[in-house]
Amino acid sequence: MGKATVIPFGPQHPVLPEPLHLDLVVEDETVIEAVPQIGFIHRGLEKLVETRDYNQFIYVAERICGICAFGHSMGYAETVEKLMGVEIPERAEYLRVIWHELSRVHSHVLWMGLAADAFGYESLFMHCWRLRERVLDIFEKTTGGRVIFSVVKVGGVVRDIDDAMFAEIKRVLEGIKDDYRQLCNAFLKDSSVKNRTVGVGVISHEDALAMSMVGPFARASNVNNDARCLGNGGYGKLADFQPVLDGQGDCYARVKVRALEVLQSIDIIEEMIAKIPAGDIVVDVKGSPAAGAEAANVVEQPRGECYYYARGNGSKYLERMRMRTPTSQNLAGMATALAGCDLADVNMIVLTIDPCISCTER
Amino acid sequence: MGSFKLGKMTFKSLFGKPETIQYPAEQKTPPPGLKGHVVNDVESCILCGICMKRCPCAAIEVDKPARTWSINRFRCVQCGTCVRECPKQCLTMEPTYTPPATEKRLDSYEVPEREKKAAAQEA
Repeated sequence: MGKATVIPFGPQHPVLPEPLHLDLVVEDETVIEAVPQIGFIHRGLEKLVETRDYNQFIYVAERICGICAFGHSMGYAETVEKLMGVEIPERAEYLRVIWHELSRVHSHVLWMGLAADAFGYESLFMHCWRLRERVLDIFEKTTGGRVIFSVVKVGGVVRDIDDAMFAEIKRVLEGIKDDYRQLCNAFLKDSSVKNRTVGVGVISHEDALAMSMVGPFARASNVNNDARCLGNGGYGKLADFQPVLDGQGDCYARVKVRALEVLQSIDIIEEMIAKIPAGDIVVDVKGSPAAGAEAANVVEQPRGECYYYARGNGSKYLERMRMRTPTSQNLAGMATALAGCDLADVNMIVLTIDPCISCTER
Repeated sequence: MGSFKLGKMTFKSLFGKPETIQYPAEQKTPPPGLKGHVVNDVESCILCGICMKRCPCAAIEVDKPARTWSINRFRCVQCGTCVRECPKQCLTMEPTYTPPATEKRLDSYEVPEREKKAAAQEA
């Protein structure tokens, strides 16, 4: 055994899209312990709820994260709607699900590109991001924005999608599916990918449960945890929904779960487009949340379950808005997965939890 | 060989049309509905100030005595709240972005005085 050495990893590191610091205690080339540290990009967004009214805060909520921007605006709006007892039109629920699942597709494909970059497969990275651009183009045409959409409103959505655009979305998604299957073939069958991912950073089913892991990170350890199963909003209208699970718990299983979830999301979008009812997209919301009224909500973000809590104080400003994001749940699992791995595998393991530090710190 | 798993896609990329465009020589046509920048038709503006009150980032300033409507393009997040809330529908979201600027300044527009009669006829 060699002498234990502490190697700082991040917050500025080529593999990290966001600032996360890890103190890696290594002996020879093996990591003994990893101590994560966050706090580099705290912006105090939850506090802003005191100075922005409940309608204005939606634009703050969607700026919590650039990748799950739509999920945050939808989660916040649903929480305030619960708080005020507002029933939104059915068409708005369907539209929210369509945009949210498109966000999941672009988030997962982005992540797969980053993972390919981490294990040194540049052309695969380029192809992933090329496909993601097509999803961003759909967002640009339907919402007017590529990253921040500002289409959700307390009471519904502010933009509708017409039949011609739905036909175009279906056509684009069919094209994506065809190319995406070839990408999956590379991700799941390529020997160079398998060499870097199979058996790396294993988290057992028991550990995943004990550490309350969420999202694809937990589902790769066979934890049947998907907030979409609760059937909130438009998700309740799905004919059949079964989460994608895998029992291996290693980096390969995490890649596989996310890869299959993209195809599942495309199927959900197609089902929603086929079933979407005609009608209004927004209801008028008057008044303010009652003093002491509380509401909680759960949304399955691309990275996992995100919990929202809101409390009113009788004015148009909320008393408290709290979010518990998926990455804060998954950091403990990441530290466990890192213990005992090779130093060269650290970047792969860190990426496979898909860390979103700007969500975590807000 | 690992790369042959992507063989079909790679050959398509080699001989197909490029995915990117030669910016800035070639520019993408903005889709209708793109949130570019807010424009005020000052001829119809009544300086009611609702846009200023609703703006989540305090980007709009309405000065009724001076009859000016100003917007700080660097604060505006193109959420479209002002466009939806305007009672005279004089605000619109144009699908083009504003050109790059070298200094942060307020874009101020003078709202012309309208004769009461003309305003009444319009109403």
